[in-house]
Amino acid sequence: MEILVCARRVPDTSENEIELNSTGNDIERDELVYSINEPDNYAVEEALQITAKVGGQVTVVTVGGEDDEEILRREMAMGANQGVLISDDAFQGSDGKGIATILKGFAQKGNYDLILTGVQAEDGGAQVGGMLAAMLDYPFASLVNSIEVLDGKKLKVGREIAGGNREMNEIDLPCVLSIQTGINEPRYVGMRGIRAVASVPIPTPSASELGIDPATVGSSAAKVKRVDYFVPALGKGAEMLRGSREENVEKVLELVAAKGGLK
Amino acid sequence: MLEGIQSGANPTSWLAQGQALFLFLHVLGVACFGYIVAKRLVPLIRAERDPRLDRPWARLGKVFRFWLGQWKHPRYKTAGTLHILIFTGFILLAMRAFTVLIVGVSPNFVMPGLSGETGHLYEVATDYAATVVFLCMVLAITRRAVFKPARYEVPAKFGKAHKADAIFLLALIAILMVADSLFEAAKAAGQVQPGQHIEFAAALSLPWLLKIFLVSLPLSVLGGLCFAGYLLHELTFYFLLCYRPFGIQFHVETSLFNVYFSKLDRGKLKPVKWGVSDEHLDQVKSFGVKTFEDFTWKHMLDFYSCADCGRCSDNCPANAVGRPLSPRFISIKARDYAFQHYPMFGRSDNGQPLIGSIYSDDEIWSCTTCGACEEECPLLVEYIDKIVDLRRGMVDDGAVPQSMQKPLKALNSRGNPYGKMEKKKADWANAKDFQQVCQVKTLDKKNGADTLYFVDSITSFDDRLQSIGRATAKILGHVGENFGILGAAEKDSGHDVRRFGEETLFLALRDHNTDAIKASGVTRIVTADPHAYNALKHDYKDVPPVEHISQVIARGVRSGKIEFRPVENGNDVYTYHDPCYLGRHNQVYDDPRDVLDAIPGLKRVEMARSRDRSFCCGGGGLMLFYEPKEDQRIGVKRVQMAAEAGANVIVTACPFCMVNIEDAIKVAGFEGKMTAIDLAELVDQQIVRERPVVTTEAVEIPQECVAGR
Repeated sequence: MEILVCARRVPDTSENEIELNSTGNDIERDELVYSINEPDNYAVEEALQITAKVGGQVTVVTVGGEDDEEILRREMAMGANQGVLISDDAFQGSDGKGIATILKGFAQKGNYDLILTGVQAEDGGAQVGGMLAAMLDYPFASLVNSIEVLDGKKLKVGREIAGGNREMNEIDLPCVLSIQTGINEPRYVGMRGIRAVASVPIPTPSASELGIDPATVGSSAAKVKRVDYFVPALGKGAEMLRGSREENVEKVLELVAAKGGLK
Repeated sequence: MLEGIQSGANPTSWLAQGQALFLFLHVLGVACFGYIVAKRLVPLIRAERDPRLDRPWARLGKVFRFWLGQWKHPRYKTAGTLHILIFTGFILLAMRAFTVLIVGVSPNFVMPGLSGETGHLYEVATDYAATVVFLCMVLAITRRAVFKPARYEVPAKFGKAHKADAIFLLALIAILMVADSLFEAAKAAGQVQPGQHIEFAAALSLPWLLKIFLVSLPLSVLGGLCFAGYLLHELTFYFLLCYRPFGIQFHVETSLFNVYFSKLDRGKLKPVKWGVSDEHLDQVKSFGVKTFEDFTWKHMLDFYSCADCGRCSDNCPANAVGRPLSPRFISIKARDYAFQHYPMFGRSDNGQPLIGSIYSDDEIWSCTTCGACEEECPLLVEYIDKIVDLRRGMVDDGAVPQSMQKPLKALNSRGNPYGKMEKKKADWANAKDFQQVCQVKTLDKKNGADTLYFVDSITSFDDRLQSIGRATAKILGHVGENFGILGAAEKDSGHDVRRFGEETLFLALRDHNTDAIKASGVTRIVTADPHAYNALKHDYKDVPPVEHISQVIARGVRSGKIEFRPVENGNDVYTYHDPCYLGRHNQVYDDPRDVLDAIPGLKRVEMARSRDRSFCCGGGGLMLFYEPKEDQRIGVKRVQMAAEAGANVIVTACPFCMVNIEDAIKVAGFEGKMTAIDLAELVDQQIVRERPVVTTEAVEIPQECVAGR
């Protein structure tokens, strides 16, 4: 099975202290460390597990610049057969639809049975997967937390439903799935693995090579524009109980019951 | 009938009839043993290299102490005493065994040097030796069969009980002793009868007793018994020789080599591959131990040498709380696998990955590398290097538990497992009220110092543990050290990154820190973190000498630079918990205790498990991020031990111990009844300050800040 995983490089929320920049329209990016968007990493792991079972190739693709190469190398160290960096000045300032358009251009050049995206980017809006599916006229399932290959033409996918329920769906290939974290346990990638793929060439197709009309992407085509970015004011803080342990237990039970948490 | 008996004059000639048979048995026995040993050596030849021919004098010293001197055995009184007696008996009997074997084919043979009076004395000694060994076997069998010490039990998950085999082997030795004595007694009795010179047999020994019963028997029967005793001796001897390489008694043959080739450098880890420098590691295709042949030959010899005594697991904290690790079975399972993988007949099979077949992931991640197993092993079997090698293999294959991937990634990008920003590294020293009493300078091109205080990640970033950092800085100032810290330039020491198998990341951290330390121009290093201490001392190369703060304090106390005021609450009972990487791995046991004993009015008790038998707190470094399967926390067991000792204050000298012990105090329900304090914190609290506290930069310290702390 030929699998394409769309990935993205994001500031790692657990290793950064996110602060606003002075103009207030973005975060301060000077001392940030980046990594692959976590759900995308699960998607790559899932792709690798599928191809380990049924054979095939895994390609990881991202839209961006030179800096974004690091996540491709990381996923190649993990086992992806190829990394592709789609890069063009014309892509600057693309909105979700623009990114989906670019990815569509790339996907059509290949022959992919399955396209995976992470459920959402940590700094994004969970838009690209669905739009990409629509543009390609492929079926789409979101929030996927299990995949079983039924035969060459169908998958059985599990989806997470609010309230902790699950539903199972059959979906025809080719299709697009957005992958939920927790679907698997991604393997560890150390510095050593990344070094081993350091010199593997990464193709960097441009808009023209992919036949993408520059007018459909980039800031000029973006119909969604960020106008503000801020840290919401903190609400009323937690109530601290300062009695003895027994008193606190009593009080907690009382409070939880009052809010309807205990029946 | 035997000719010798007819003539009645020469009992040694009773054996002459069997010469051909004995010769045949000798040749057969030796050939079988040779074949078996050769087969056992095959995997060792295919194993990874492991240079252990250096420092012969140090190695001989180990042989004298641990093999001939049986140094570790008395740690277990009963079993140890029995073993020392058996071992001494075997050593004494070794020469006799050879003599007896040769006598079968050359009846008048006398071992050179053992004729005349010396020979008689030696005979008396061996008569007693055989008797003592025999009695020890009876006791050992009784112990195994009746008293059943818990540490010999085999939990169901690790396979079948080894009891029957152990008793069988013990019984064979008992038979060997009886056969030898019977042969000896019959021979002596035969010489008494015709009124010849009476062979001296040691009073109350086994041969002496047997002789009493035999002396009235006719010569023909004696001849038969002599022959039978000899034959039984020979058969048992060779059977044992050839059977031992199949199980727990192989150590009789291998122990001498295992001890001679044992590890000489405490606290150090083996490199990924011997003979490959760090710079060339990238060319190594596979890291660590994945299949059996990835072990070094010495590690395989360890497996052969394990005597199944269970002392390692009896002391293992992971085993004590029901984690899936039992060091004894790291060896036993590998040995069983080796025997099946390299069969006596035919070729070795293809082999399989060890993780998932004989070992499980959790088993290997469960180890805290505390070293209790190695400290206890009478045969000096190594475990930490094997565990780390197995982890290196898992890391190489990407099989790292999810909970540890985040901290490893953060170590890679930020240089600490918490993902904190580098610029916050010195925040602990920048607290306002602390800066008033102690200013810690960050070393750079402008600010130099003699001494570097290497803080390490946990002390820098953990709110609770920053107080250990501040106490350490104040103490260094008090004793007049001109010191500083690296601040943002200091990354994690990587100590536990390495012990969790991530060698490449460790090397990156080490190289970064080495450059920063060198650039700072310091001539010595002090740390309050035993893990950093061990890393800087053993894992780093070409850095200035390093000391733990407890050593600095002890020196200050001895020189009179540090004086203490009496403890405020005279009812408190203190106990000192030895951190593994200060105590066992670096032998710093006395300095912290001397410091505590120098505090007036401080009552100190020892826990049952202290010093080199200290019980791990639960493990430091990345172990804090691992989620083990266990019945109980290791730390909870430890604080219970402190309670049993009657202590209500646990003093430790390691930030990781502090985390684990303070948590354990809460979990064990001792909150309010028991506290934990770091040695540096306690010293800082009790120190008598006559002069201003710390001036690493010349600053005026307001006197009230000093007094008011």
